[in-house]
Amino acid sequence: MTKDEKYNIARWAMQHALDNGAQQASVSISNNNSSRVEVRDEKIDKLEEANRNNMRISLYVDNKYSSHSTNRLNNKKELGRFIEEAIAGTKYLSEDEFRSLPDPELYYKGGGEDLKTMDEAFESIDPQQKINHAFNVEKEVLGKDERIISITATYSDGTSGNVMVTSNGFEGDTENSYYSLVASVSVKSGDARPQSFWYETSIFHNQLIKEGIGEQALKRALDKLGQEKINSGKMPMIVENRLAGRTIQPLISALNGRSIQQKNSFLIDMAGEKIGSDLLTIVDDPFIVSGRGSRLFDREGLATKKRAIIEQGVLKSYYIDTYYGKKLDMEPTSGDTTNLVFKPGDKDLQELIASMDKAIFVTGFNGGNSNGSTGDFSYGIEGFLVENGKLTQPVSEMNITGNFNQFWKDLVAVGSDVYEGSAWRTPSLVFDNIDFSGI
Amino acid sequence: MIQTRRSFIKTGGVTVAGTMILPPLLHSCRNIQLSPDLKSFLDHFEVTPQMLQKVISAAMAKGGDYADLFFEHKISNTLALEDGKVNRAYSNVDYGMGVRVLKGDQTGFAYTENISQQDMLKVAKTAANIASDPMTFNQGESLEKIPPNYYKISQKWENVSVEDKIPYVQKINDRVFEMDEKVTKVNASLADETAYVMFYNSEGMFTYDYRPLASFRVRCVMEQDGQIENGSSARSFRKGFEWLSDDLVDEIAQEAIDRTNILFGATKPLAGEMPVVLGAGGSGILLHEAMGHAFEADFNRKKTSIFSDKLGKSIAKDFINIIEDGTLENNRGSINIDDEGNDVKKIYLVKDGVLDSYIHDRISSNFYGVDPTGNGRRESFRHVPLPRMRCTYMESGPHSREDIISSVDYGVYVDNFSNGQVNIGAGDFTFFVKSGYLIEKGELTQPIKDINIIGNGPQALADITMAAGDYKTDNGTWMCGKGGQSVPVTMGLPTVLVKKLTVGGISA
Repeated sequence: MTKDEKYNIARWAMQHALDNGAQQASVSISNNNSSRVEVRDEKIDKLEEANRNNMRISLYVDNKYSSHSTNRLNNKKELGRFIEEAIAGTKYLSEDEFRSLPDPELYYKGGGEDLKTMDEAFESIDPQQKINHAFNVEKEVLGKDERIISITATYSDGTSGNVMVTSNGFEGDTENSYYSLVASVSVKSGDARPQSFWYETSIFHNQLIKEGIGEQALKRALDKLGQEKINSGKMPMIVENRLAGRTIQPLISALNGRSIQQKNSFLIDMAGEKIGSDLLTIVDDPFIVSGRGSRLFDREGLATKKRAIIEQGVLKSYYIDTYYGKKLDMEPTSGDTTNLVFKPGDKDLQELIASMDKAIFVTGFNGGNSNGSTGDFSYGIEGFLVENGKLTQPVSEMNITGNFNQFWKDLVAVGSDVYEGSAWRTPSLVFDNIDFSGI
Repeated sequence: MIQTRRSFIKTGGVTVAGTMILPPLLHSCRNIQLSPDLKSFLDHFEVTPQMLQKVISAAMAKGGDYADLFFEHKISNTLALEDGKVNRAYSNVDYGMGVRVLKGDQTGFAYTENISQQDMLKVAKTAANIASDPMTFNQGESLEKIPPNYYKISQKWENVSVEDKIPYVQKINDRVFEMDEKVTKVNASLADETAYVMFYNSEGMFTYDYRPLASFRVRCVMEQDGQIENGSSARSFRKGFEWLSDDLVDEIAQEAIDRTNILFGATKPLAGEMPVVLGAGGSGILLHEAMGHAFEADFNRKKTSIFSDKLGKSIAKDFINIIEDGTLENNRGSINIDDEGNDVKKIYLVKDGVLDSYIHDRISSNFYGVDPTGNGRRESFRHVPLPRMRCTYMESGPHSREDIISSVDYGVYVDNFSNGQVNIGAGDFTFFVKSGYLIEKGELTQPIKDINIIGNGPQALADITMAAGDYKTDNGTWMCGKGGQSVPVTMGLPTVLVKKLTVGGISA
């Protein structure tokens, strides 16, 4: 679907809703194309292609709200009927005085910088070249070690295009592309068959790192051989940069308007308060050129802003959308994260490890969860024991347990090794006093 | 985008990610009377056998060994309550067909959301590219497989108006508030889903399925002396509107209240290895994570599972029987046919302590030279089938719950879980305990909450030293994730003792 086609359907659907009993409506149409090739044993194991369309329409009818989606966009008569029935159904719901489209003053109104989130060369990539990328990843490690029992290499790419229109004046569209290469390697020694993976991603084909992925996956799998659990106890924990998002996620979730209003947050009424150590500074920056989370407007059409979320441990800003803003009597700030940018430290990962007498370096999480209301958490981990600044023993089958209120105050070092391949640009993080359960 | 060989399971949260509302989209648009025979399914998707044969021929044109077509139309509706009122509704319509071509154990796959001859031929040609030796395919005789019906219902969700569903969602809110004065917030939702599925393959087999699924969830928040806690409860079945009743409302409401109340005053156990008593029911998550995924034959075919060379070997005490069943009446995990058109079976994964069968899809059953087990499942027409679980459970054992608990000097008793995960190769599995109790000197004492338990699959299975006679199925909203695909499942367990697992907690 072209952008114009999407706008045409979106405007038509919105008008149809307004003509049939809705006082307000917003419509987004999205279109995703993707391809994926997985290779194993020097053959293509899976070849997949996908082309997905979707329309989502949110309806505001007599102070009542509902939201609907469909992938059947080709027949206007049917689409019209879908909208009419949705409006009729909405009328049975209870009123909700807090529901409305955003204040138009807050909408993005154009003129923003090109954030370069789309590879214009996407269509010109030769399919055979994609397959070769995957084979090359496999070749890097094929036959390199007799303990290898399985290598899978996967190339995938895709584009997504989205347009959104609202009945109080917003129109906007986005386009994104991605490429990724993943290697997954299993090795065997005794009964254990540890498996590890490595990946690279990019918005642009010519910037996708295509080498070293297989090698890195193999190294990580071999490094796991001999994993053991060690004695329970309190120790510092180093979390590898690519994994640090796992520790951030519950913090971000606790800052979300819905979590706060529904009392599923351990950070209610904490604006301006100290919630973490001085080392914790996070800025939400939507405007990084080719950042993975860069955008000029959010899911509601609100213009994005660069803003401090946490400054030297002090909570500066929540994630509040229009609806929960009204319920909480707070100004909407946007309910979505864009790029989360950490203030980095001055030591890289090797220096962080070298600086520890005894700690655990976490390279993988395994399950676990947290209690949104209280901040209690417990997660499975694997990684390495660090003794006198060196990795001495691979460890696994252990848990960490604690409470996020204390956890972020125990942040004692932040790495300089920011991982930029994700919207949440996390460095390695070091926490003190972590309760590890092992033997 | 990032794929690992990890698999996970979780209960659907109360946060609704889906949708609502009005029924008979189809009836109204197309004026077709749906009935459970093939003709009506063909009409439903506006195709003829001749069209499908042409698509199969295109799919096989490059020399594939096998091809199948999977048609699906799914209508989902969710009504949700927040702050005392049923004030939001969501719905989703999903429609399309996927073409899969196999060459040995290689797979080509593509799908279209427009079921026209032209679009189907186009995706068939794409999927055909997994093979590279042009040939002319001659379709043999077509056969219709009439599926059994493991989920008989009387009132189809498509025929139920929003107006008739709303009172139940409102009622559960009101019941939860009545039951405990500490309650300050309630979220509730009622989700129903109706899927029409039709299948045709290069062997000429036609079959079809009508799959209803309903889920009723509630979450409550309580406050006491400045402490805020939340707990939830849910039930899910392949049942129709007749399922909803005041008794059901009371059952779910009471469970949410009980699960929240226990959290006040709950503590954390000491960190480390200790005996774990798994209460009957939801503790079946142990089977799902510790062994179920590792028994999935795709991992074993690729030799990446820790159980890859254990078939026919003793892996547990001889009183242990573990079953994978897709035929349980109205069960959330049941299917009348699997997503490769195969009959759905009840199979023993572990019989008298011996690993008896893996969990197979078509590719893996061919590889192992065994009959398909009916475990080939896909999230939707956009996905390829994989070996997946349905309802995974352990039969009752010879011991009593009392004897099991009294055998433990210091350990934990756990019976309420939110999610789990497993690393297939290493065999390390985890499950997150929302609540349970400490066991001290053979008795349940202090409540505990919010801890992760981790163990190693083969070791944990060998360490099940006692099993009680109180088997129970957990009918919560379990969703199993693997390779980026989610499918509904269930599980069950009698009370069992696992001699030793690593329990999250605080250091002494």
